[in-house]
Amino acid sequence: MASTTLIETPPGGEPREKLVKKNLTADHPTWCPGCGDFAVLSAFYRTLERHQFKHERIVTLAGIGCSSRFPYFVNTHGAHFIHGRALPFASGVSLARDDLHVFVFGGDGDGFSMGGNHLDHTARKNFNLTYVIMDNFVYGLTKKQTSPTSPLGFKSKTDPGGSVDQPINPMKKLVSSGATFVARTHASQVKHMMEMIDRAIDHEGFSVIECLSECVEFFPGAFDASIPRKGGEFVTIEEKKFDGSPEDESRHDRTDEVAAFNLANLEWPGVFGVFYEEKRVTKNENEANMVEKARAKHGGLSDLEILQQSFDLMV
Amino acid sequence: MTAPTNSGSTPPPTPPPPPSIDRSSLKEETISDAVIRFAGESQDGIQSIGGFLARLAGRSDQDVMTYMTIPSTISGGPSIFQVRMGTGEVLSAGDSADFLVAFYQHSYEEHIEHLKEGGVLIYDSDNVTPDTTDRRFIYVGAAITGLTIEALGGNAKTKGKNIFVMGLLSRIFNLDVGKLRELMGERFGGKGEGILRNAFMAFDAGYAYPADNILGRYYQFEKASATKTDKPQVSMDGNQALTLGLIAAGVRFGAGYPITPWSSIMEALRTELPKYGGTFIQAEDELAAVSITLGMAYSGYLAVTGSSGPGLSLKMEAMGWASMAEIPLIVINVQRGGPSTGLPTNVEQSDLIQAIYGSHGDSPRVVLAPRNVEDCFYIALEAGRIARKYSTPVIILSDQALATRIEAFDLPDLEELMRDPRPDLVPRQEDFLPYDLKQITRHAPPGTIMKGGRYPVVTGLEHDEAGHPTGNPGMHMQMTAKRRNKLKALAKDIGKTNVFGDREGDVLLVGWGSTYGPIREAVKLLRSKDEQVGSVHLHHLHPLPAGIERVFSRFRHVFVVEMNDEGLYGYGQLAGILRACYRHPAIRSITKTDGLTFKVKEILSGIEHLRGDAVATFSAYPYL
Ligand SMILES: Cc1ncc(C[n+]2csc(CCOP(=O)(O)OP(=O)(O)O)c2C)c(N)n1
Ligand code: SF4
Ligand SMILES: [Mg+2]
Repeated sequence: MASTTLIETPPGGEPREKLVKKNLTADHPTWCPGCGDFAVLSAFYRTLERHQFKHERIVTLAGIGCSSRFPYFVNTHGAHFIHGRALPFASGVSLARDDLHVFVFGGDGDGFSMGGNHLDHTARKNFNLTYVIMDNFVYGLTKKQTSPTSPLGFKSKTDPGGSVDQPINPMKKLVSSGATFVARTHASQVKHMMEMIDRAIDHEGFSVIECLSECVEFFPGAFDASIPRKGGEFVTIEEKKFDGSPEDESRHDRTDEVAAFNLANLEWPGVFGVFYEEKRVTKNENEANMVEKARAKHGGLSDLEILQQSFDLMV
Repeated sequence: MTAPTNSGSTPPPTPPPPPSIDRSSLKEETISDAVIRFAGESQDGIQSIGGFLARLAGRSDQDVMTYMTIPSTISGGPSIFQVRMGTGEVLSAGDSADFLVAFYQHSYEEHIEHLKEGGVLIYDSDNVTPDTTDRRFIYVGAAITGLTIEALGGNAKTKGKNIFVMGLLSRIFNLDVGKLRELMGERFGGKGEGILRNAFMAFDAGYAYPADNILGRYYQFEKASATKTDKPQVSMDGNQALTLGLIAAGVRFGAGYPITPWSSIMEALRTELPKYGGTFIQAEDELAAVSITLGMAYSGYLAVTGSSGPGLSLKMEAMGWASMAEIPLIVINVQRGGPSTGLPTNVEQSDLIQAIYGSHGDSPRVVLAPRNVEDCFYIALEAGRIARKYSTPVIILSDQALATRIEAFDLPDLEELMRDPRPDLVPRQEDFLPYDLKQITRHAPPGTIMKGGRYPVVTGLEHDEAGHPTGNPGMHMQMTAKRRNKLKALAKDIGKTNVFGDREGDVLLVGWGSTYGPIREAVKLLRSKDEQVGSVHLHHLHPLPAGIERVFSRFRHVFVVEMNDEGLYGYGQLAGILRACYRHPAIRSITKTDGLTFKVKEILSGIEHLRGDAVATFSAYPYL
């Protein structure tokens, strides 16, 4: 993550106990048996095991939904915020505390409906944090209402005759809102999930992953077409290696927005992997630059002296 | 205007000496106090005359309070600014003016009735033809437009009229021209020599105009009495004072969304906080703003968000979370007329109930209100103290009148007041509980090492002591009590409520916020007529200070003065709360909703009516 600092951040603790699943596990998940979210949780544990961040510097945040219960199940500092507003909350954490590793988990309703506008602005400003949207195409917690990703015709309690509203195309939305890392993965593909989370962590800026995660209770079978074990196909994106080889021609250039759109337009269930990645200055860096400039102008003055100066101008 | 505007780095050029004038033939009239109203269009810059006079008064021995209304249409349209300069305590902007400066015919027509009998009308004879047969007033005409253009050259158009008028007033009031020029140097010096030269030329032209000869006199403010402290005075508006108070309180982060009259605070924080290593960012809406701020607060910093009117409504859900999760947070509401878009540039105190009860569920939070500009600074410190100590959201209810008026006050002792902004990341012991029932919550911000190995989740779900969600009825009762009781403890930690005037007797006036000045003046006036009258002005509106009911019981009448509606049941918002809390039948209301600050005479007629009649409320409706 970015090395920019605003206010002086606390020094790190001593090296201590290795992070393993055991000390990362908190409450037993309250999800229904078979819920896709379990797999996301275990992929997260394993990613954390791999990275070995300082334990106290990992922060797990969420809004409201089945998926948003995530923070209770991870033994890290965490906050369970309000429906749809986890991203602004996380942006505040990220900005105030550059020493932390900020993770946000949530659902499709939380992210695309209630939080839709926040998603756009967090993406365009490029706050440094990682966001996993556990997309089950339905409102799970409130028991089967139409979600912004529910496919046309989906029969829910609010659309007993089948959903009539055009669903969001998450990849298109995320790319067009200016997210600098956009990926798509699947809860039934733990290795792929881990790879995507890893790359999201390595990305400087706002990294967002849509992870198809089945709600076995209210939309069972939603993702069968992408699960080989159920007769579907899990197709991953082959990314350009820029090695000049003829095979490379047809591979996906993840820095190309239009190419990302084209992939996003593929017929259901589409493809999985990194759709888009761009290096762009982060909000954290921009703010840190402002601080640096302002501090330089007031070269070495204490807070008290700066405030005193402000008052002196009012005398 | 945001916090400091001039860099202070380039020393302004030394102003040329003031032109000398001979006053030997003129009468000197000593005054203790003058109310001057300027009426023009908003592009005339009359606010800046007020700013200069305020600052001048701050550097002299006078106190000052300004009063300003700005039209909600950003440029163009009528604009007035009223400044009251006096020696000693200036409490309100004054009911009516001693001097009216009218730039246009419509300014004259609209405001002449606000001039006292015997008052002086100063008018731009290029634009105004007053009815001089009206013998109530004294008339001083000056071709303000023409003379300004003449002084500055044709291409200046009408810019500079404000400075011309300042020159004119300096002569009439025998103001300290040297100091004023110094101030002009500071204000315009950084903008280039040409601008400063023009300002001096306009000023000199105004000063050269023999308005004092027309009047046959000039005025001289009394010298201040010895009671005045020898501390230097600072002059600023309420929003600036709040901004600086927040910084002193240790606020280093925050987020907001623009709305009048809150915006100038966020604009100032945006430029100021980076100097202190923090930042204030503009969010996509007010819900995002409060959510970002809560993220900053969760991170361990004292953080601030704020808004006016509709923005507060948007923030309410997240503020409920802050109550439930027990997060320290400062929320500023610069109140304006409501509901909905309402009256964006008028004053009202109609958000009190929302501040106290605005979120769903039982969501106790603290509500404070500053009484004047100086208090805006200190209330921010008190808000910070409470937010930290009680781990709670604190709302500061300022208002449009406080936000925009300038007052002078003693330079605060910053060394004594500055608070440490750093988060408390001391490792927590094995027995740490985020929601310990035996003590007030003190969170472990992220980055804190948890010795016991269990990391806390702060949450908006009802929870047990460890922060685990629970629907247990007993636990919900205990946690509800925990959140309530800490504010009951605060009620005892507020300190004594001061009574101004008589400590017992006939009428007690109760107020909050910017009605402070007029209420105090009303008390002084009535006491000078041997009436037994006192007043209590509440800083802490929720919780109310423990024991204030004892003050109420010492008076025959308790009249609550506030700028909001009497409502369906006949009581203003604070009055309704006080009646519910103390079941005291003497508590009644004096309210008004004309979007303007209280006049002393409105309070006096309220008292007169209520004393003679058993009705619940007196509403001052001057226009009905
Ligand atoms: C302001 C507000 N409105 C509505 C709700 C009720 N609510 C809670 S979660 C949710 C939808 C959750 O769906 P999603 O985000 O897809 O999460 P999932 O349960 O499917 O994981 C709703 C409508 C709420 N908590 N807050
Ligand atoms: S309702 Fe659906 S999303 Fe929620 S826990 Fe059960 S299976 Fe998972
Ligand atoms: Mg969902």
